Amino acid sequence: MDTRALNNEKVIVVDKLTKRFGDFVATDAISFDVYKGEIFGFLGANGAGKTTAMKMLCGLLTPSSGTAVVAGFDIHKQAQELKWNIGYMGQKFSLYDDLTIIENIRYYAGIYNLSNQQISDKSEGLITRLGLQKEAKKLVGQLPTGWKQKVAFSVALLHEPRIVFLDEPTGGVDPITRRQFWDMIYESAEKGTTIFITTHYMDEAEYCDRVSIMVDGKIEALDKPAELRRLYEAESMDEVFYQLARRAKRSE
Amino acid sequence: MEISVSVNQLLKSYTKGEKTAVNHVSFEVKKGELFGLIGPDGAGKTSIFRMLTTLILPDGGNASVNGLDIVKDYGKIRMSIGYMPGKFSLYPDLTVEENLGFFATLFNTRVNENYHLIKDIYEQLAPFKNRRAGKLSGGMKQKLALCCALIHNPPVIFLDEPTTGVDPVSRREFWEMLKRLKDQGITIVVSTPYMDEATLCDRIALIQEGQILSINTPKNMVSHYPDQLFAIKADNMYHLLKIMKTYKNVLNIYAFGEYAHASFREDMDTNELYRYLEEKGFRDILIIPAKPTIEDCFIKLLNN
Repeated sequence: MDTRALNNEKVIVVDKLTKRFGDFVATDAISFDVYKGEIFGFLGANGAGKTTAMKMLCGLLTPSSGTAVVAGFDIHKQAQELKWNIGYMGQKFSLYDDLTIIENIRYYAGIYNLSNQQISDKSEGLITRLGLQKEAKKLVGQLPTGWKQKVAFSVALLHEPRIVFLDEPTGGVDPITRRQFWDMIYESAEKGTTIFITTHYMDEAEYCDRVSIMVDGKIEALDKPAELRRLYEAESMDEVFYQLARRAKRSE
Repeated sequence: MEISVSVNQLLKSYTKGEKTAVNHVSFEVKKGELFGLIGPDGAGKTSIFRMLTTLILPDGGNASVNGLDIVKDYGKIRMSIGYMPGKFSLYPDLTVEENLGFFATLFNTRVNENYHLIKDIYEQLAPFKNRRAGKLSGGMKQKLALCCALIHNPPVIFLDEPTTGVDPVSRREFWEMLKRLKDQGITIVVSTPYMDEATLCDRIALIQEGQILSINTPKNMVSHYPDQLFAIKADNMYHLLKIMKTYKNVLNIYAFGEYAHASFREDMDTNELYRYLEEKGFRDILIIPAKPTIEDCFIKLLNN
């Protein structure tokens, strides 16, 4: 979306990362780097291998071959340390519906070993920043999806991870709240947090510094959105995506 | 024109009336029409679908499907409509073929009687016909669910968020299937949170927090957009969005893919804005009049 000067410090280095399930190669020797403070869009059709790749980068799944270093940790040998240093939020599960906002914040802060002092400072800060003073003691399940996702994003950042992985964070969110969510992403990126994000909204692909598009387990394209549009002679990222993904042989 | 679905002041609230999910909603769907309910999660789309498919009772108002009342004639409605819920609801441990056969039998028919309706879709599933439905991919599950909803040749089908979480290519394919069904005369009521899908409907209702904000054809909706809309681009978009908030006469400014969209109440002097942005240090500035989209209309309505 803009041409912020990117830091040249690499925080994710992926080299020929591969995952096989029997004969099926879910992720096929992908290689790429992500820089500090970058907003990196990780796109692909359903079944292209995004989730498998993302699970490996979060230390949740052991690769069949290839390597990756995330936040300075080797995903083979240091999966546990890696998990302490990244944040994650998904679309389906992000917060506990039957805990209040403040309980969710305390719970996650506790999991990440924050001290009691840090927990009370941080939860107060978060509630004030989001203007949720009145809602703090409400159950998360009663919040509209958009608000829930904003809280979940803030919670994923509580332990100040170097990288945050966002898996379709804006699905089903109204157009205004979706944009407010992106304002929050920009603010975090400006502060140096690396954002690794998947989305099915192609307008959001434009908001990323760089975008990769996976087809059948491989990364078929990786560049700035404007470059990709130029390269594929497309008017929009939607068109770029369509040109690449319709060639896919497998579907999920 | 014959009316297929008629909804009149429909009301539904949950948790002892504390939360109004559907707030006096009214609309009509004509026979053979592809009608879209467009809105985010929590807008009340699913509650409307569940009342029209007679799965829950309204707290007020009334509605009819094919001339049948959703409260009194629920049995008849259930036999005569197709319904695809947002959540996958087929039998996961029956195979593809068994599920389809099961639903055909439930509706007193056989698969080959109405096979012509689902042929295009079912052929894509045929290689997996012996696979258990629970083991299918998301896209395949969806196609099977659509087949099962169509197998008794219903005059009207209700599809609740069939494309949520589906990638843009598969979404396009799904809408092409809907178009072909419409060509066969089936009335389709579909909901989606994706604004770009609105243009593929004959008419749409924009819905938020249980209330309908506007009903129109997609074309009329965008042509009635009341403000002057511009697409603006510069070297630093994040900064541009911030600066534009305070520019004179600007009603709204928001990111819109590659550009920012700015709306103005009256004519705006683009040269003046250009000079202003240049003074603020922006480079590679581009200001062009923009055609409003359904998403612009929705944002406008939400801001009112």
